Amino acid sequence: MKLRILLVGLLSTTAFGAASGSAETLRLLTWGSYAPDELIQKFEERYPDIDVEVTYSNNEEMIAKLRATGGAGFDLAQPSHDRIYAAQLEYGIYKPLDLSQIDTDVMSPVHLEAVKTNATLDGKVYAVPHQWGTTGLMADITKAPDVKGWDDLCDPAYTGKTSMRLRRTILLGTAFAMGEDPFAAYSDLDKYQDLLDRVADKLIACKQVIKAYWQGGDDLSAMMLSGEIVASETWDSTAYKLYDQNQNIVFIPPETGALTWIDTFAIPAKGEADDAAYKWINFVLEPENVTIMSGSTGAIAAVKGGADLLPEDKKAAVKASFTEADIENLKFFANIPPGVEDMEGKTLEKIKAATGG
Amino acid sequence: MTRDAKRLSLILLFAPFALWILLLIVLPHIGMVALSLREKVAPRIYEFGFGNYIDFLNEPIYWNTLLRTASMSLLVTALALLIGFPIAYYIAKIAGRRARGALFLMCLIPLWVSDLIRAFGWILLLRQTGVISSLLVWSGMTDEGIEFLYNDAAVIVGLVYTVILFMIVPLVSTLDGMGDDMIEAGYNLGGGHLTVLRRIIIPYAMPGIVAGCIVTFMLTAGSYLTPILLGGKNSSWFTEQIYNQFITRFNWESGAAFGFLLLAFTSITVWLGLRLSGQSLANTVART
Repeated sequence: MKLRILLVGLLSTTAFGAASGSAETLRLLTWGSYAPDELIQKFEERYPDIDVEVTYSNNEEMIAKLRATGGAGFDLAQPSHDRIYAAQLEYGIYKPLDLSQIDTDVMSPVHLEAVKTNATLDGKVYAVPHQWGTTGLMADITKAPDVKGWDDLCDPAYTGKTSMRLRRTILLGTAFAMGEDPFAAYSDLDKYQDLLDRVADKLIACKQVIKAYWQGGDDLSAMMLSGEIVASETWDSTAYKLYDQNQNIVFIPPETGALTWIDTFAIPAKGEADDAAYKWINFVLEPENVTIMSGSTGAIAAVKGGADLLPEDKKAAVKASFTEADIENLKFFANIPPGVEDMEGKTLEKIKAATGG
Repeated sequence: MTRDAKRLSLILLFAPFALWILLLIVLPHIGMVALSLREKVAPRIYEFGFGNYIDFLNEPIYWNTLLRTASMSLLVTALALLIGFPIAYYIAKIAGRRARGALFLMCLIPLWVSDLIRAFGWILLLRQTGVISSLLVWSGMTDEGIEFLYNDAAVIVGLVYTVILFMIVPLVSTLDGMGDDMIEAGYNLGGGHLTVLRRIIIPYAMPGIVAGCIVTFMLTAGSYLTPILLGGKNSSWFTEQIYNQFITRFNWESGAAFGFLLLAFTSITVWLGLRLSGQSLANTVART
């Protein structure tokens, strides 16, 4: 009897020992293409006791997932910089960062400051920048040479040949095209509602022109490459990928300024592997890893000289679309104050439900 | 077997089902009701109230979408019945014994691939540069491709295709039980095709029809992928509203209320359908 108990005990300890000895797990919650296999392999070689597990998601779903568990289940998340403040205020899903553990020196100061101002609550910083990119327009310059601003997507000359994504970005872009500054209106929600109503009228009238709303990068690429549409709202990274395949398709920063997002690093409130998370953050900020990462994401790393670390083909695509003036004209997404999400959501529903076109 | 042993085996057999219903259906729904009755007053502060339901009633966009979803689901159900009935009748009554299995299998095969793949199949066929449109251009019937995708018709075609099997299966199993002698007797007594269909076949198949309609209607009203992928700029679907509330607007409270409203609304529609057709759940769904 005693022997058996001993045996069972021995067996279970070896099993246990094997499990705990093999690794700490780093559970990443990030965007598709933000954790290329090449980098994961390299990371696991350098830190053999860390296993990396990746879950791909997007801003809204990241927050929904973390909210459902109160910030458990993942050790590092990568929402955009405007999705930190309100989410933390409302649901408390992130942990303050220990900045001494992060090589903030290598980060580009503009982006670091932009994220810090957006992601500081009660003096604690909840996020640091990783990659940045813009949302703007793309067009096939042989078929739609005149596309310059957001409102050109609604130009009747291109009826049935343009597309956009029915999310908050197009609301903001349209507001800018109308000569307004939606981010300034955030401080007075009544004024913002009035602006949203006017934007909605514009976009409802626009439904006659556009072909369909795209849902993700894949259906947008398919429509653009097949020539079914000639101009669209787009993420710059998607446009760069298409530029590889068809040099006539270029990214166009709108004249009112491309809208700029910064994807960040944030640690979920109940993350269990903070050390591994910091290791990952510092690891992907190393110059050679930045190039691998940017090659996969198509976005520019928020490190000093990030644009120079792009792979060659991407560098060409960026040069073809951005001038110095365009870069100075970038509009960073402002923090979304509580309540605005709801107002914008309602406006989007109104646009979708309207039978204008 | 003693009585106790019988009882024990009954409990054991029943336990998985009971656990499933309780843990995966009843408990989450109770959670949803509780969630839907919370009103947000400030960040992290909630109050009990019916605000989410009142919001639904006050906003025409929401109930219009619900009505739209319901009416399109009814149309899909009707089309599935119209197309499915002859197929089921052929499989059950006309086809030979061996052909029957093969035909049934052919109906099943599309279900072996996921919803998503089937929707993409339709996209490849219907899009402006897709198979059908290219064929028309090639044959010279049109100069420019025609866009068949991104409209309500595409959604309905896709949905009928997805759910028709759930109409055919119960129909085949009821029609299978009907003796050929009944139909022969109908003809012998001087009935025409139409009379036999109307007075003998349809009444006999009624349980199958009702069961099929209920299943297809519920599946359609609750579907998400097909309407999203095939639908156009004007085709809102109620499940999309629920998704938006939960994910885009972080408004779980009203999302939960919407989920409940959809459940209640479809249940009432089914109940009305049963009342109007003079059937009950016990002699339709339970029998097939």
